[in-house]
Amino acid sequence: MRQYPPKPEKAYFFGTCLVDMAYPKAGMAAIRLMQREGVRVIFPPEQSCCGQPAYNSGFPAEARQVAEKQMEIFDKPYPIVVPSGSCAGMMRHHYPKIFGNSPLRARAEAFSERVFEWSEFLVHVLDIQLEDRGAPMTVTWHSSCHAAREMGVIGDSKALIRKLKNVTLVELENEHQCCGFGGTFSVKQPEISEAMVEDKIEDIQQTGAAALLGGDCGCLMNITGAMAHRRIPITGHHLAEFIWERIHGD
Amino acid sequence: MNDTARERILGRLRKAVGQERTLPAVPPPPETPPLSRDDKIERLNTLMTAMRSEVHLVPRDAWVEKLKAILQEKGLTQMIYAPGTPIGDAVAAAWSEGEGGLPALRPYEQAVESFKEELFAIDAGITGTAGAVAETGALILWPDETEPRLISLVPAVHIAVLDADRIYDTLDEAVEKGGWAEGMPTNALLVSGPSKTADIELVLAFGVHGPKALVVLVLT
Amino acid sequence: METKDTKRVEKPFDFKANVIKALGNRQLRSNLKFAMGSMTAKRKALFSDTAAFEALRARGNAIRRRALLQLPELLEQLERKCTENGITVHWAETTDAANEIVLGILRDHGATRVVKGKSMVSEEMHLNRFLGDHGIESLETDLGEFIIQLDGETPSHIIVPAIHKNKQEIARTFHEKLPDTPYTEVVEELNAIARKTLRKKFYEGEVGLSGVNMAVAETGTLCLVENEGNGRMCTTVPPVHIAVMGIEKVVEKLSDVPPLLRLLTGSATGQLVTTYVNMITSPRKPGEKDGPREVHLILLDNGRSTILPDEKLRQTLQCIRCGTCLNHCPVYTRIGGHAYGFVYPGPIGKILTPQMEGLDRTSAIPTASTLCNACEEVCPVQIPIPDLIRRLRNESYDPDGSVCGHGVKRNLAETAVWKAWALVNRHRALNAVGTRMAGIFGPMLPRIGPLAEWTRSRNRPEFARKSLHDMAREEGISDE
Repeated sequence: MRQYPPKPEKAYFFGTCLVDMAYPKAGMAAIRLMQREGVRVIFPPEQSCCGQPAYNSGFPAEARQVAEKQMEIFDKPYPIVVPSGSCAGMMRHHYPKIFGNSPLRARAEAFSERVFEWSEFLVHVLDIQLEDRGAPMTVTWHSSCHAAREMGVIGDSKALIRKLKNVTLVELENEHQCCGFGGTFSVKQPEISEAMVEDKIEDIQQTGAAALLGGDCGCLMNITGAMAHRRIPITGHHLAEFIWERIHGD
Repeated sequence: MNDTARERILGRLRKAVGQERTLPAVPPPPETPPLSRDDKIERLNTLMTAMRSEVHLVPRDAWVEKLKAILQEKGLTQMIYAPGTPIGDAVAAAWSEGEGGLPALRPYEQAVESFKEELFAIDAGITGTAGAVAETGALILWPDETEPRLISLVPAVHIAVLDADRIYDTLDEAVEKGGWAEGMPTNALLVSGPSKTADIELVLAFGVHGPKALVVLVLT
Repeated sequence: METKDTKRVEKPFDFKANVIKALGNRQLRSNLKFAMGSMTAKRKALFSDTAAFEALRARGNAIRRRALLQLPELLEQLERKCTENGITVHWAETTDAANEIVLGILRDHGATRVVKGKSMVSEEMHLNRFLGDHGIESLETDLGEFIIQLDGETPSHIIVPAIHKNKQEIARTFHEKLPDTPYTEVVEELNAIARKTLRKKFYEGEVGLSGVNMAVAETGTLCLVENEGNGRMCTTVPPVHIAVMGIEKVVEKLSDVPPLLRLLTGSATGQLVTTYVNMITSPRKPGEKDGPREVHLILLDNGRSTILPDEKLRQTLQCIRCGTCLNHCPVYTRIGGHAYGFVYPGPIGKILTPQMEGLDRTSAIPTASTLCNACEEVCPVQIPIPDLIRRLRNESYDPDGSVCGHGVKRNLAETAVWKAWALVNRHRALNAVGTRMAGIFGPMLPRIGPLAEWTRSRNRPEFARKSLHDMAREEGISDE
């Protein structure tokens, strides 16, 4: 079990490239929820990507360059909060590995100790309480593989949903099954990826949920893109944006 | 040429692992409190019964009678046994020709080549055991020159006699306390039930190539 | 009995075509979905105590790593012990050499009928085809293997080889290929047909052939696990037994066997123990009345020694062939085993096949993974399969790699794209321009390249006009 620090005065926010480009509102909601708990959130504008796309595609040197840059930018000893289990997993578990035995390894290890997935941070460090002002509704939760298996935070995300008293969470039957995104996998093996997302959608539909919540924008982009393509009226939301709207009665 | 292949393979392997090697330590098996005799019998019984073995707990001096009752119920024609083993000799001593509904006894006395055809027609075989493993529910068979290997394999019904005092907690314990590393037999076996398969649609079905039934007499 | 040979004309390996064909087979997908769901559930029930499982697999990992680090010495010890016990040991660098050794033993005995237990190494050797070409009947006796041999196929799973077939398909095969066999879909009756057919074959078999699950250097013992009894038949009834084994399968001590057995049977089929664990240490001794008079052990390299030098890739050889990574793989469960085109499918195949066959032919295989980590989570000997897949992806582009066929994709535009990506992600100004362009031009991009693949089954991603960087600046989020 991970040891969590007490609530800090300041915390870094690492927005992730996908949130930056496609889900900026989720990023802002995640920041605001941290601010609401009295944390001074720092968003270094030089930040870009965790490096995972290159790392997973077979370009570790390029990933290393980008990772080194992030380590330079997030250099103060504040926690680094990441609204994505996958990017958090990259920074927490793979950064030390990609530096091998180079002098940067120790720095990468110290860096990785400061990395938290966003819902994990809210539950264990901020001990957040939520007042639900929204209408009753049923949702389901999709965990990214890395949130579940690398970060082990699937319970934290669902704990946040359960703090919303008017929201009913119906779990997926195959909660640990990959949705088929897999970064460049989705365009290198589009046929297999499609077969996987079809099964995921079937599982989602069986829950009867009106909305799909997720903590990773890659999965969300994949699943909601495929649901929209099939004209399935289930909406997809990043958990941070969903919570922000619920506590404001939207 | 074969020697060359050997040298080439070993040469590559030696080069690959090098001289300086740090071997990881193997963590010891978990410390578990030893099971009582009754617990071991019960666990073995439960697990083996779940795998369709027919397990009978019988007093040490009454097992032959129990065996006869089981065989009469099954209506088998011939049973092969190993003369010279305690189990085989006890069976032979207790059999009388024509006793109601018992299979005819066939001793395994000669090398298989000379009576293979007859062997494949026999429908029951009885063996002893070298103990059992409670943890996983399996008998230990230890065939030797007096007790041949095929008795427990070819006939459709295999009857195994187990001394309840020889049940080990785990296989680790059996290997260690039994001193296996000091002398393995030609063929040591663990047997947990009648033969089975799930190769068609994962449907579990019993009685494929080995025995269709395994009867275990546990002598208490 | 009529058995078809495995396909003779070998087309060049085309992973994509295989995938499309497999995905188009609805029956296959439904068979796999059911079977893999059932197998993963059984395993989960057996290893429900997570702490105990983690402790057990830490032991399994250490045992396998120790064995690999001492591989040359352990093989020599195994050879010495086996020889002392009366087992003849042969060494083969290639599958061709191993086949010739088998053939030589058969010729020494004038044998023409071989009964075979299940062995993935013999699949590597394409042994049945080779023996068939030399007029020898090589008959698979494991039920699943027997079924696919009748259909002229190869295993689609390393533990349950006919898992891609349903009982109707098997019923048809038996009815058509076995003489005087009525059509039946009753599983028990299908089993009985196989039992009856093969019993005669065991009786007549002149040579029995098997694989080896693990070999113990300390005592010269060959361990085989199985449920059906066909393995015991093949290794006990015929007068000659030939065992084929990959050189990595040796362990130091007999005390290494219990934990590895638990991991193997639990991971493979969710069983505490198989029906039979068969430990063979010698041929028939003087005075013994049955068992083979000769036992041969063939140690096959077939590329394994070239995997050993690299500390990371070496972990591939820890594999005990339980097949649980296949059962848990979201890709395997959609496409089945045949699509992978080589002997070992699924996650273990994704790392083993390129190293054995060369990346020049197989670089597509490591791309077929979402790196979801399901395989690593269940691997009983803790092989970091996703990390090794990443490594092999890298080797595909790396002109200075170490795996055979490395650098095969080095000239692709992709290399340039990732170099540019690294540049953009280190320079804020470039990155900002990129994000802005995506927001503005994203909706207008023509559907070519990756976007074409993405939009086959999904709507195009919607990029925001205003990035999180923009919003954070506008909202006055601190940048220190």
